[in-house]
Amino acid sequence: MTYVRPNFRHPGLPKNKVGFAKADYEGKISTLCAGCGHDSISGAIVQACFEMSILPHQLAKLSGIGCSSKTPTYFLDNSHGFNSVHGRMPSIATGAYMANRDLIYLGVSGDGDTASIGMGQFVHSIRKNMNMVYIVMNNGCYGLTKGQDSATADFGSVNKAGEKNVFPAIDLVGMAMELEATFVGRSFSGDKEQLVPMIKAAMSHPGFAFIDVISPCVTFNNNKGSTKSYDFVREHMEATSTIDFVPHKDEITVSYIEGQSAYVTLHDGSVIHLSKLSPHWYPQDRKSAINRLQEAKAKGEVLTGLLYIDTNSKDLHELQRTVKKPLNSLREEELCPGSQVLKRINEEYR
Amino acid sequence: MLKVSAVNDFVVRFANVNGTGSASANNMFAKAVFRMGIPISPKNIFPSNIQGLPTWFEVRINEKGYLGRRAGVDLMVCVNPESMANDIASVKPGGYFVYDNTRKLHKEYLRDDVHFIGIPMMQLCMDHYADPRKQQLFKNMVYVGALATLLDMDVNIIKVIISEQFEKKPKLISPNYQALQLGIDHAKENYECPLGVRLERRNNVGDHILIDGNTASGLGAIYAGATVAAWYPITPSTSVVKAFEKYAKKLRIDQETGQKKYAIIQAEDELAAMGMVIGATWNGARAFTATSGPGVSLMSEFIGLAYFAEIPVVLINVQRGGPSTGMPTRTQQPDILSSAYASHGDTKHVLLFPSTPAECFEHTVAAFDLADRLQTPIIVMSDLDLGMNNHMSPPLEWDDSKKYDLGKVLNAEDLENMEVYGRYLDVDDDGVCYRTIPGTHPTKGSFFTRGTSRDEYAQYTEDGSVYVRIVDRILKKWETAKDYVPVPVFRIHDIPSQCGIIFFGTTRYAALEAIDMLEAEGIILDGMRILAFPFNKMVEEFIENHEKIFVIEQNRDAQFRSLLINELEVNPKKLIKVLNYDGKPITADTIKNQIIEKYPSSPQEKTQTAS
Repeated sequence: MTYVRPNFRHPGLPKNKVGFAKADYEGKISTLCAGCGHDSISGAIVQACFEMSILPHQLAKLSGIGCSSKTPTYFLDNSHGFNSVHGRMPSIATGAYMANRDLIYLGVSGDGDTASIGMGQFVHSIRKNMNMVYIVMNNGCYGLTKGQDSATADFGSVNKAGEKNVFPAIDLVGMAMELEATFVGRSFSGDKEQLVPMIKAAMSHPGFAFIDVISPCVTFNNNKGSTKSYDFVREHMEATSTIDFVPHKDEITVSYIEGQSAYVTLHDGSVIHLSKLSPHWYPQDRKSAINRLQEAKAKGEVLTGLLYIDTNSKDLHELQRTVKKPLNSLREEELCPGSQVLKRINEEYR
Repeated sequence: MLKVSAVNDFVVRFANVNGTGSASANNMFAKAVFRMGIPISPKNIFPSNIQGLPTWFEVRINEKGYLGRRAGVDLMVCVNPESMANDIASVKPGGYFVYDNTRKLHKEYLRDDVHFIGIPMMQLCMDHYADPRKQQLFKNMVYVGALATLLDMDVNIIKVIISEQFEKKPKLISPNYQALQLGIDHAKENYECPLGVRLERRNNVGDHILIDGNTASGLGAIYAGATVAAWYPITPSTSVVKAFEKYAKKLRIDQETGQKKYAIIQAEDELAAMGMVIGATWNGARAFTATSGPGVSLMSEFIGLAYFAEIPVVLINVQRGGPSTGMPTRTQQPDILSSAYASHGDTKHVLLFPSTPAECFEHTVAAFDLADRLQTPIIVMSDLDLGMNNHMSPPLEWDDSKKYDLGKVLNAEDLENMEVYGRYLDVDDDGVCYRTIPGTHPTKGSFFTRGTSRDEYAQYTEDGSVYVRIVDRILKKWETAKDYVPVPVFRIHDIPSQCGIIFFGTTRYAALEAIDMLEAEGIILDGMRILAFPFNKMVEEFIENHEKIFVIEQNRDAQFRSLLINELEVNPKKLIKVLNYDGKPITADTIKNQIIEKYPSSPQEKTQTAS
């Protein structure tokens, strides 16, 4: 590859609490098309990790196959990454999470990778509620194979070849809520102000945090008639609220003032501040969120924001009742019962 | 009338209806013979069904210790009217047929060369128990009691087994004793006991245990330090994870908190199960899955990823009859090639072939060390017969001085002292590179794991020469593997022989017996039992040193023979197929007969076919 990012860092760059500059969270130069929505999402991930003062090696980034799944190369160069096989990232993440509950797991997938080939693993990850952030970079098409419609392409949306999609779209957000996901958000790659705090909140959530990010494909799905183009999304975007994430501030408790704001305190004491709320929608009431989503759909709006959060979420390790110490740190002394026990076991079989 | 006469050398078969509690009675019978010091080999022949279909339990009793299945039934215990006609037909001339004569036997079923022994099992139970469920259950104990008398068994041994079995439900002990006595008394009063076939106490089982291979594999995973098991239920592998769970609940609970030092994830399918194993081992835990042929097909995509990205994997493949859904409750060795070369592209995988429960334990332990040492999938090739049937096996053993071989893993200090780190740099020139576990160091040692082609520093590349360098280096690792896998076991005859016999896995029992039978008929064969793929130098030499070699296996296409030919470039004419693939474990008679049929009659023919 000819594109190399210089290693030189200006000594005066601002550092975060753990002594890293924002540039330390960057990755290789992107090889995606110029203007690709995915690159903005990568930028938001970098920003969120920098602001959260995450130690880069305390995060593992995982993906499947497709344009979206290439992006982990373009952020967090000091983190271990795993670009797995098509649609199978969730199972890799599940195993990794079982091995070490202490890392942050950031999964990146696309609409093909999640809503088609990986649908089975995606829905079962929601059920298992492992502690990870799962971002779908959703552009409604298969970019890497030149623009075929994906399962999230809206009914009637027109692709670059001028064909109208005749199949209904799979709405990943609605489905995640039906499956009782414990954190569901939707955002737009062009709206960093909303996306960065949403990623930060997702990383603080103890459970499966799903963010569907509409991310236009500039090459194959940014044409007139497409419902995943920059123009269309900007015109039809309807945010449930603005969102602000305040880490470790425990004096605020949950309160709602309709049409104004809400504070949601997470398990670790951090707070999500939502303001300018949509009417009849409460972020901790799944039913109201589903209703609001249906309403938006009927009106042809693209509803964004943190749509639902369950602050009582119990993640997979809690459900499994595993030890607090990461399983990958246990050694012979803690795992192997020894020869005397085996002698007794042999006796059971005589 | 002809009468089969034998002491400690005959086959008893039970014909039951599944779901009627017969399995536990049949196992008590088998265990009692075992505790009389007589080697046994019990086999379940069961349908893919929960309740109501015919099921058989067969016990070969052989004081010499031949543990392979033997065809022909000397004594049939039939309590299933549905299968009765065939069951009678399957008894050897002069053999015995024990049945429930509460109802009279159909005239046309009668054979004049079989001894019919009617025990009114149902009637006795109806006379003594009011509860219909008990009438059904105790019927099984009645025939065990009858057998005790007919075969001259030690009744006290059976009673001890009953009391152990119902240790937690002591109320059931005395009614079981009663049912046992009903059978004993009825046989004593109505028949001349013992029969021509009978048992005598021996001391021929040594310190052996009676255990199934899947339990031993599950225990192997416990002892090897597996902390993550991911699986999808499939016969006949399910009991591997169930055994792991059973012992983990006893041995892997933190005493203070009651929390688990393990995780078992029942996945949504085999694809996900394998993905979870890969994710866990990539992240530094020991993890495994167990499946059967259909599962291996589904896991193949991921097995290729683990091979190419060089991630340890332990897979226990308990083989069953294929192809497709095949014969899900019957045994075969049909996944040799699909396991050896699982996945697209150039791939090959280390296979281990256990033949006893003790080896299931050892090989499972070894598989974890090998996976970490070689950073590649290791497949333990068990089968339904080994996995689900009890086998008389040497005891399981553990050496407390043993340390887990976690292979080449760098810690933070190692990374701190390193100039350059490349995940796929062959520093030691053995094809095995150093890996790092996520979370090790804030700025050093991270890399991107991928299934795409990459260079020594884990950077994506489409440069053909780099690709060739990497895949050739992985092949070098394959050569390294030959030094680590278990070596073959030989049985070389004192009299020099130009003919050999190769076998692996559960074929061992029948093959060893066949070698002795053939020797008695003047055919001398040198034997080699192969324990692992890749094949090492010793395997090559054995093949070179013999002119004709019979390769015994339990599949239609002689897959193991193909693997030998493909990997060692053996002249195919040198390797003669000896096959059995009807779903029942291979017998010594089958091997013997096929070898006699195919044995070169003259030295001329020997050279001709070998050239």
